[in-house]
Amino acid sequence: MNEKAITCKGLTKRFGDFIAVDNISFEVNTGEIFGFLGANGAGKTTAMRMLCGLSFPSSGEATVAGYDVFTKQESIKKNIGYMSQKFSLYENLTVKENIRFYGGIYGLTNAELKEKGEGLINKLGLHSESKKLVGELPLGWKQKLAFSVAIIHQPKIVFLDEPTGGVDPVTRRQFWDLIYDAADSGITIFVTTHYMDEAEYCNRISIMVDGRIDALDTPANLKQQYKAETMDEVFYALARGAKRSAD
Amino acid sequence: MPQQSSDAVTLNNITKTYGETVAVKELSFSVKRGELFGLIGPDGAGKSTIFRILTTLLLADSGVATVDGYDVVKDYREIRKRVGYMPGKFSLYQDLTIEENLEFFATLFGTTVTENYSLIKDIYEQIAPFKTRRAGKLSGGMKQKLALCCALIHRPEVLFLDEPTTGVDAVSRKEFWEMLQRLKQQGITIVVSTPYMDEADLCERIALMQSGSILSIDTPAAIKQAYPDELYAVKSGNMHQLLKELRAYGSCYAFGEYLHVSGISENALAGYVKEHTDVVIKKVAPGVEDCFIRLLLKHE
Repeated sequence: MNEKAITCKGLTKRFGDFIAVDNISFEVNTGEIFGFLGANGAGKTTAMRMLCGLSFPSSGEATVAGYDVFTKQESIKKNIGYMSQKFSLYENLTVKENIRFYGGIYGLTNAELKEKGEGLINKLGLHSESKKLVGELPLGWKQKLAFSVAIIHQPKIVFLDEPTGGVDPVTRRQFWDLIYDAADSGITIFVTTHYMDEAEYCNRISIMVDGRIDALDTPANLKQQYKAETMDEVFYALARGAKRSAD
Repeated sequence: MPQQSSDAVTLNNITKTYGETVAVKELSFSVKRGELFGLIGPDGAGKSTIFRILTTLLLADSGVATVDGYDVVKDYREIRKRVGYMPGKFSLYQDLTIEENLEFFATLFGTTVTENYSLIKDIYEQIAPFKTRRAGKLSGGMKQKLALCCALIHRPEVLFLDEPTTGVDAVSRKEFWEMLQRLKQQGITIVVSTPYMDEADLCERIALMQSGSILSIDTPAAIKQAYPDELYAVKSGNMHQLLKELRAYGSCYAFGEYLHVSGISENALAGYVKEHTDVVIKKVAPGVEDCFIRLLLKHE
């Protein structure tokens, strides 16, 4: 099976006169780690919300995990995982309770929950913390746990919205180990970040400017194309010309 | 009583706990007048707690701290006149316009916008076209510039900036640091915190922080120079596999396009990667992030 994880053609979202996402087209291959970069306000979050089945496009077409974003939003939601720096876990539930809660939402059976939950706690080395409230864990642990919970139902694609913001450099790399492991297990990764070194860890990246995708290729090709030493320089060359800025 | 000290900020054995959590642990350091000083560390390192103690918004459990020669407990009124503070969370009045916020803060500090306009001119001009817009309706970058103007309008001696660039894209981050360099030239002492290691190089001196303690404090150049090992950048056609393999032999972690490897000789390294294609091995100078990673791993 070599179907595309995401296909997207002329995808557009308007809010009144404002074109948040302007006619973007791209494809993400199954099993790929795809970096979705752009300046603040470039339209990343809006695009991501459409792909996650949370908002209808104004025009264009897109499929996620083979499902149409206009007609199959509920199927999309069942087949993806999502985490962000802002929304991840319930702070006033324990580690175990969060795992049960999210696993339950994604329809895991009790037997699956037990097995997956234990596997996850083992992998993250969270034994002594499993009955602690998530709010008491350091941010880095929270984020690793949130990611593991977001893929507990082995989704086809996981969307990660700035998952490593504010995390220390060692934990940030441990987080990417988890991303690679997930990709090895066949999960397609769609990730946004402001850390340009993390752009290098992606198979391909796109860079959004003012609602458009102005560049899309492997990090190596982009650096060659923009005659840049680092992804930081590529990003700067593209985003410097942006007309708009927002949250 | 103000002291004629060459230090703009001093901390001596400051400890602060929240319940069982030790946020800041017996911390001591000082910041010279006119210095651009960086507190570098992740969430939970204790950076915000330090800012809140120094701006007299929070009492330490023990220890002594001064700002501009004044004691943070006894002389809090004096300190409040002399510092500018930009908290991590946007804290201006959302219902007031740009102009109204700025005038409000000027009035609070017994001054006028005109009196100190020269200090904020460069920054304010960028948002002036929107001066009748409410602060709540501004973009992230504009809010940040307004907050900086409001923190500067009374021409403070010391400016405290708590993670001003968190969640901000690479281009806006660069612009913000250019603004800071210009403010420094005007003689203002700046204490700034950031989780971004690349911003450490833009400070004159930095403290690398983790879990309420300072792991290292010096100029970025001296911190990098103190790195004890040879550091190699390595890449191949299969980076994830290479990372897993090399970890067995020494310190190895992803670093952008390359892996950074230490504790393995160049010869041994060449032997370990011979199964790989498209191999590149080169010696590199460590950056602040390499030093921080080394310190973190040593601490664990």
